[in-house]
Amino acid sequence: MSTKSKSIASKTDFNQDERLQKVSKLKILLNRPELGALGGAILVFIFFGIVAGDTGMFSAYGILNFLDVSANLGIIAIAAAMLMIGGEFDLSIGSMIGFAGICIAIPAIYWGWPLWMSIIFAFSMAVLVGYFNGILVVRTGLPSFIVTLAMLFILRGATLALTRLITGRTQVPGLRVLIENDPIAWIFATDTFKWVFTWLGSMNLIALRTDGTPLATGIPPSVIWFIVLAIISTWILMKTRYGNWIFASGGDKNGANNVGVPVGRVKISLFIGTAVAATIFATIQVLDAGSADTMRGTLKELEAIAAAVVGGCLLTGGYGSAIGAAFGAIIFGTVSMGIFYTDVDTDWFKVFLGAMMLVAVIFNNYIRRKVTESK
Amino acid sequence: MSDYLVQFNNISKFFGKVIALKDVTMKLRKGEIMCLLGDNGAGKSTLIKTLAGVHKPDEGEIIIEGKKTIFDSPKDALDMGIATVYQDLALVSLMSVTRNFFMGREPLKGPPFFKTFDIEKANEIAAERMGQIGIDVRDPSQAVGTMSGGERQCLAISRAIYFGAKVLVLDEPTSALGVHQASVVLKYIVKAASQGLAVILITHNVHHAYPVGNSFTVLNRGKSLGTYEKKDISREKLLSMMAGGEELDKLEVELKEMNRTSV
Repeated sequence: MSTKSKSIASKTDFNQDERLQKVSKLKILLNRPELGALGGAILVFIFFGIVAGDTGMFSAYGILNFLDVSANLGIIAIAAAMLMIGGEFDLSIGSMIGFAGICIAIPAIYWGWPLWMSIIFAFSMAVLVGYFNGILVVRTGLPSFIVTLAMLFILRGATLALTRLITGRTQVPGLRVLIENDPIAWIFATDTFKWVFTWLGSMNLIALRTDGTPLATGIPPSVIWFIVLAIISTWILMKTRYGNWIFASGGDKNGANNVGVPVGRVKISLFIGTAVAATIFATIQVLDAGSADTMRGTLKELEAIAAAVVGGCLLTGGYGSAIGAAFGAIIFGTVSMGIFYTDVDTDWFKVFLGAMMLVAVIFNNYIRRKVTESK
Repeated sequence: MSDYLVQFNNISKFFGKVIALKDVTMKLRKGEIMCLLGDNGAGKSTLIKTLAGVHKPDEGEIIIEGKKTIFDSPKDALDMGIATVYQDLALVSLMSVTRNFFMGREPLKGPPFFKTFDIEKANEIAAERMGQIGIDVRDPSQAVGTMSGGERQCLAISRAIYFGAKVLVLDEPTSALGVHQASVVLKYIVKAASQGLAVILITHNVHHAYPVGNSFTVLNRGKSLGTYEKKDISREKLLSMMAGGEELDKLEVELKEMNRTSV
């Protein structure tokens, strides 16, 4: 009994109720980091629904088209978002895409490796690059911005130099024939749910080619990867111990260290994550195009970071969401494709991208102040 | 066997030529609050870090529950039940109360390899623990950034107690707080001690230390000026010891001089 009365007595010490407001459900929802990006995505769809609703953008083929672009960006944006929540940047994502591409193509074409071995080789290199980025940042305490900027140049330069040294050119074609019967390549190169599209075609619900097969043949592998990665990443962030460590490492690395979070290990693993995501991106594109290009992925790191920021990630770390970055990628992918269906000159896309990012940063900054504000 | 929970005997710590600590001795029983007082540069931070296992003492011994102990790392100290709450509190303001409470020590559930952070249980424990100290977290998923300084301090202390602290080392827990908030935190510290913890309260504020402390150790320039039971020393005496009494006396004389000349 006495403890109860005590707790009530001291309760009044803290809850000076006249100064506290009830927090509404709406406000809690507004505090979620991905809300801005979700709202933005809805606005974008409404906009194109009105402007380009009757142009074929929202036909099965059109939808798959902009989903494919969104999904490709989304794969790296989600990994970039995880790393940003962990308090670091990776500017070498774009270069890693080019590097991973030739890591697949050169062994497969010039050294006669089976395709699956080349793919595994590329992913091993990604783990190494990510580990190297991570260990450099963690050990030296240098800003990851600088360390990975250096890596951006090193990887891109090495990609160009090695490719020209080995092949005498900057592109490596001829991969398409190797995909068939490969035990691994199908994971990155198969359209799925084909039967749905065949059925839809047979019912005359979607557009057909002249030979009677549907124009949209199936869900591209990028979209499946994107959805799976979005779900896994969100699960990790929200539901696992490791997820809590990511937030803690980005929010206050000294504090996290003091209570026993292995901050260094968490950050290194996140750097490996971005490099691996870049390699997934590269594998899908290389197998789709049938060739590797040394310039592939240029500037993709900035688009990935932009999507993560639009998705609610703070540049200072400790806050953000994977699903938000996914919505950010959908916004960019949809606009970049949708703009072809409107009368607007496509040159304006980058203007939109920049403006969107500015709005997002200002909005995020406001949210952060709200969240960290003392009573 | 002594009845002391922890003893720090003749602890010395040198950094090169600098003598940061020399022959500092502190003994604590269960339920006792010892206040460690000292001005800036007195060696408080070095002593805390030695207690927490960050620094190894160059001389002296640490005895916990009768056993001589050497801390190789902060984790060792923590495992022995010595929990240090630093001034920065190791709280992440963007994270929720629950996620902060269990940061680094999250409860898990589920099958091996698919273990998940048991948020429901964590929420429940965090809310209950905070409730016990009179902080009604309406929503344990609210960000710590929305809490007041006193509430954050109590959260950090309560977290240390929940994870098995026997000895609490508190670094300036009231320095950043207003009068009211400070009194709430001090009340909580007394309550924690009454439940059987030993508390080392480090502060330079005698007015906060005197009402709650059972004994007082004054540090000055790396040396202990002695440990006094509360009945043996007055607040004024403590204050003058801390600041180095002569200096204050000198100041008084100087001020008088200034008054005279200005008249």
